[in-house]
Amino acid sequence: MSEQVESLIKKEYAAGFHSAIESDTLPPGLNEEVVRFISAKKEEPEWMLDWRLKAFRAWQEMEEPTWAHVHYPEIDFQAVSYFSAPKSMADKPKSLDEVDPELIATYEKLGIPLHEQEMLAGVAVDAVFDSVSVVTTFRAKLEEAGVIFCPISEAVHRCPELVQKYLGSVVPQKDNYYAALNSAVFSDGSFVYIPKGVRCPMELSTYFRINEMNTGQFERTLIIAEEGSHVSYLEGCTAPMRDENQLHAAVVELVALDNAQIKYSTVQNWYPGNAEGKGGIYNFVTKRGICHTNAKISWTQVETGSAVTWKYPSCILKGDNSVGEFYSVALTNNFQQADTGTKMIHLGKNTRSTIIAKGISAGQSNSAYRGLVRINPGADGARNFTQCDSLLIGDRCGAHTFPYIESKNPSAVIEHEATTSKVSDDQMFLCQQRGLDAEKAISMIVNGFCREVFKELPMEFAVEAGKLLEVSLEGSVG
Amino acid sequence: MLSIKGLCAKVEEKDILKGLDIVVRPGEIHAIMGPNGSGKSTLGNVLSGRPGYEATAGSVTFKGQDLLALDTEERAREGIFLAFQYPVEIPGVSNMEFLKASVDAMRKHAGLPGLSSVEFMKLARETSKRVDLDVAFLKRGVNEGFSGGEKKRNEIMQMMLLEPTLCILDETDSGLDIDALQVVANGVNSMRDGNRSFIVVTHYQRLLDYIVPDYVHVLAGGRIVKSGDKSLALELEAKGYGWLEDEVA
Repeated sequence: MSEQVESLIKKEYAAGFHSAIESDTLPPGLNEEVVRFISAKKEEPEWMLDWRLKAFRAWQEMEEPTWAHVHYPEIDFQAVSYFSAPKSMADKPKSLDEVDPELIATYEKLGIPLHEQEMLAGVAVDAVFDSVSVVTTFRAKLEEAGVIFCPISEAVHRCPELVQKYLGSVVPQKDNYYAALNSAVFSDGSFVYIPKGVRCPMELSTYFRINEMNTGQFERTLIIAEEGSHVSYLEGCTAPMRDENQLHAAVVELVALDNAQIKYSTVQNWYPGNAEGKGGIYNFVTKRGICHTNAKISWTQVETGSAVTWKYPSCILKGDNSVGEFYSVALTNNFQQADTGTKMIHLGKNTRSTIIAKGISAGQSNSAYRGLVRINPGADGARNFTQCDSLLIGDRCGAHTFPYIESKNPSAVIEHEATTSKVSDDQMFLCQQRGLDAEKAISMIVNGFCREVFKELPMEFAVEAGKLLEVSLEGSVG
Repeated sequence: MLSIKGLCAKVEEKDILKGLDIVVRPGEIHAIMGPNGSGKSTLGNVLSGRPGYEATAGSVTFKGQDLLALDTEERAREGIFLAFQYPVEIPGVSNMEFLKASVDAMRKHAGLPGLSSVEFMKLARETSKRVDLDVAFLKRGVNEGFSGGEKKRNEIMQMMLLEPTLCILDETDSGLDIDALQVVANGVNSMRDGNRSFIVVTHYQRLLDYIVPDYVHVLAGGRIVKSGDKSLALELEAKGYGWLEDEVA
């Protein structure tokens, strides 16, 4: 492809600054003592510690998965620090006024004001900085509706019965290597509980920030939607620019009970590494939801960051008539690698799933869609529709598709469509001949390609996602 | 307005234009005719700055500026418009969004404020009517699933919206039925205002029944081998190009 397009994809990573905040950071290394330290730091009850230790012991027996279409040097898990918290958070500030102004400034710089009056109306935010939650906004308003939205470390104390019942119920400790690691050392994350029949009065969102050097972030999110309830949740992520790779291994579990609906949107913009492929976040994430009768879970993700992404937000369609959706835009540039997709496991009758995956590769990056559609014997009348489109920018990148389809029920209807296309010189020329500069042209073409996914995002974030693509692609045309 | 002197150009290492001279004054219509492979389309592409079309010698002055020194989008903003022979599709980008971005880019260049969505919508509706294109096309992806005729009318609509100083129509008549041809011709004629100039590249005399040129140039082997008024087009229709090539040889 033309050099023009090639050089447009080189923009500065805007969230790449480091905040000078004094932190308590555990020295690198992982052993039982570290797990005990994290648990003690959070003043956790015995059962929580036991749960972590069980996960840690399982992890020690497990092997790192190597089947994904990504390549990176072996990770030394002993060289990572498993806990880091701003010092100022040690004595648990009661209100925003007591929070270190530098922390608030960090989020403001990222476009996430934490003062409620300055925020997007109707969006509550939980801000997680390295290993701890800094602040959760609009809590009072949510509590009026009976909604619990708090750091998971707090939920362990506040509603232990819910945490005990559901933690690990969708992603068990031994599910996979990274899930086991997360279960052992997770430090914070968000907890959401929507009571029966309640429609959550505002969008919930968590903003994850890695700041400290050589630390991993291991957050754990648990969302429980009781019968007939509705919730829309969004997460965003950024990290400073560093030459070293940093590890991020999160677990997200969603439980949608009968007739409940959960919409989970992600705008992932971890530091992707520089133009030469140095540095960046290793993003190894396990996300899964379970749908009971008539329930619906919808995953929407816009993945533009990270050096390596390994992530498959999935749905277990357990209840009859339940619905799973997966809408994804994965953009890789320079030397980024992404292996992402979904799993739709159809167990109940008349379960339906939709998968729309858009992969955009630029520079020398590689992007893979990996998806599993499994129809179990009992899933009479199950249906799946999958559409998988890849867009290549330039001629040194790659797009790969690995669809797995397993149907054990003859009444199932499964459709799979896939396309691969390139941003053509002719499209670029048309745009430029009409007065648009190359960057605007590329971003317009790419946004057009992603339209079907962006329309699934909550309004406020669809605009953000479009802008993020622009930033990520800047420099890909020259 | 446009002065082309001794222009040579190559495409993929192949010399296509070999010393071309044309002067276009404000308000004039110049028709470029010639056999296949004579370099007709190359001229429009070189003037509009299509990547891969490289001017190797000669000069092009447009409104007093060295046109060849400008980037593709700068030439467009200065008022050069190319109506494509084969307009490409841009899936998922609505025609409306594309046109608005384009109009805004032109206005910004001219130091004018961008149009509001409402103002633009009104303008776009009126313009689509002028080219007999249903307003529903404004919401569809750029050229996505358009028929050949619809694509060409869409090109003319863009030309009307952008109000360029020099319009280059690259075989816009190819593949058009007589009704669509008239729509295109009416569009061009309605835009004549004594200042705006046109270069109409065509294979056939037919289009020139509707768009009457001031000059007809015959391009062969990368050079203009004959220029004349509209009667030259009729002569070509009757005699073909062979006699001209013989004459030059």
